[in-house]
Amino acid sequence: MTRIALTVNGSRCEADVEPRQLLVYFLRDQLGLKGTNVGCDTTSCGACTVLVDGESVKSCTVFAVQADGCEVTTVEGLAQGDELHPVQQAFHEQHALQCGYCTPGFVMATISLLKENPNPSEVEIRDGLEGNLCRCTGYHNIVKAVQAAARAGA
Amino acid sequence: MIPAAFEYERAGSVDEAVALLGRDEDAKLLAGGHSLIPTMRLRFSRPSLLVDIGRLDDLRYVRENRDRIAIGALTRHAELIRDPMLREHCALIGEAAALIGDPQVRHRGTIGGSVAHGDPASDLGTILLTLDAELVARGPRGERTIPAAAFFSGPFENALEHQEVLTEIRVPKAAGTYLKYVRRAHDWATVGVAAARVDGRVQVGLTSMGPTPLRARSVEDALADGASPADAAAHAADDTMPPTDATASSEYRAHLAQVLVRRALERL
Ligand SMILES: Cc1cc2nc3c(=O)[nH]c(=O)nc-3n(C[C@H](O)[C@H](O)[C@H](O)COP(=O)(O)OP(=O)(O)OC[C@H]3O[C@@H](n4cnc5c(N)ncnc54)[C@H](O)[C@@H]3O)c2cc1C
Ligand code: FES
Ligand code: FES
Repeated sequence: MTRIALTVNGSRCEADVEPRQLLVYFLRDQLGLKGTNVGCDTTSCGACTVLVDGESVKSCTVFAVQADGCEVTTVEGLAQGDELHPVQQAFHEQHALQCGYCTPGFVMATISLLKENPNPSEVEIRDGLEGNLCRCTGYHNIVKAVQAAARAGA
Repeated sequence: MIPAAFEYERAGSVDEAVALLGRDEDAKLLAGGHSLIPTMRLRFSRPSLLVDIGRLDDLRYVRENRDRIAIGALTRHAELIRDPMLREHCALIGEAAALIGDPQVRHRGTIGGSVAHGDPASDLGTILLTLDAELVARGPRGERTIPAAAFFSGPFENALEHQEVLTEIRVPKAAGTYLKYVRRAHDWATVGVAAARVDGRVQVGLTSMGPTPLRARSVEDALADGASPADAAAHAADDTMPPTDATASSEYRAHLAQVLVRRALERL
């Protein structure tokens, strides 16, 4: 076991983890944060996307020990009380989801994208979200949601 | 798909990493983890000790070193893309890095890990070979410089010895371009082509056309003899061994290489 100390959604947390423990399973099983989904488990679908030190990463491909000392944000850490994060609000308003399985990952990837490029073109949005797969929506409303979030200054 | 159990140590310096590697012949370095962790999850790789060099931030840099550019081995793909020095003096590195995987992969993956892993489909491997880059490695007996032409020895094989850590990559200032053909989003290259003007000579490299990145020497020689881009590009598949797999047949790859080499030369 290796002792790690990190900040998750603003709260300090310390834990003993097996080095092979993947960040996504640490978040889901050890911390009970089940908002982050596992889709493919092979670094393809992006459902497991979280922010590590503000940048999007696929948490199925990061060991928890690699996040020692880092700031991790999951979808649970976005809303302020009852007020959704502007990206969540935009996904809601633009109906950018059907089953919703991919949504936490898309929301986290979008936050990272808009931080790097606050006014992306449609092509930049599609390219910027190429690490996330959605089997339901056909992406159209996801792109609209990202555009709306960008307009809202997310 | 959980990797086999392993011991974990985080190195605080390159020398410490070298020493830790000496402890166990099945030890492996962990940089961004974006090649190693997927292979460990499939249990293709089962290192007994992982030496994490991911926090060696002093190996994350791009600097000018007289007429060359020095890139720290831990520099991440996303950093290569936005680096102003590379943009000005060696833009094809950022151009190729921007085509690797997806943003999440580019936030974690490093140039050192990319070339050390030695995937024949690695984009940056081709770039370094095309530019005649030098790779600096540190081991128990000190530092040595390996020319890119001597670095890639086979699929997932390279010239590094067990305890050697890649620390720096040096490239010349060069104008160039990288074209990558993929059929799906965030895919590896079906074929990739790099073309660069190095010291007045045009050099051309190929991705996914053999067991390692390759130089298209016949294309280069034809150009040196005055051939047009189209005539030179006809030699793109000479001396290559393009694989057949689920994405493309060997013949299709050979055809693609010719088309992409012509386009890259016309763009150069
Ligand atoms: C979904 C996905 C898509 C991808 N698509 C592409 C693509 O299109 N093109 C492409 O080129 N790559 C692609 N990659 C690979 C990506 O570029 C990896 O980040 C890179 O190959 C490995 O870098 P890393 O820092 O993550 O290395 P790691 O995974 O940490 O290490 C890889 C290997 O290199 C060794 N190593 C690492 N650093 C050093 C060092 N400094 N010295 C000596 N040995 C070292 C490790 O021991 C290990 O054996 C993709 C990866 C994923 C997951
Ligand atoms: S579960 Fe991590 S990328 Fe699909
Ligand atoms: S909404 Fe169902 S997978 Fe995206």
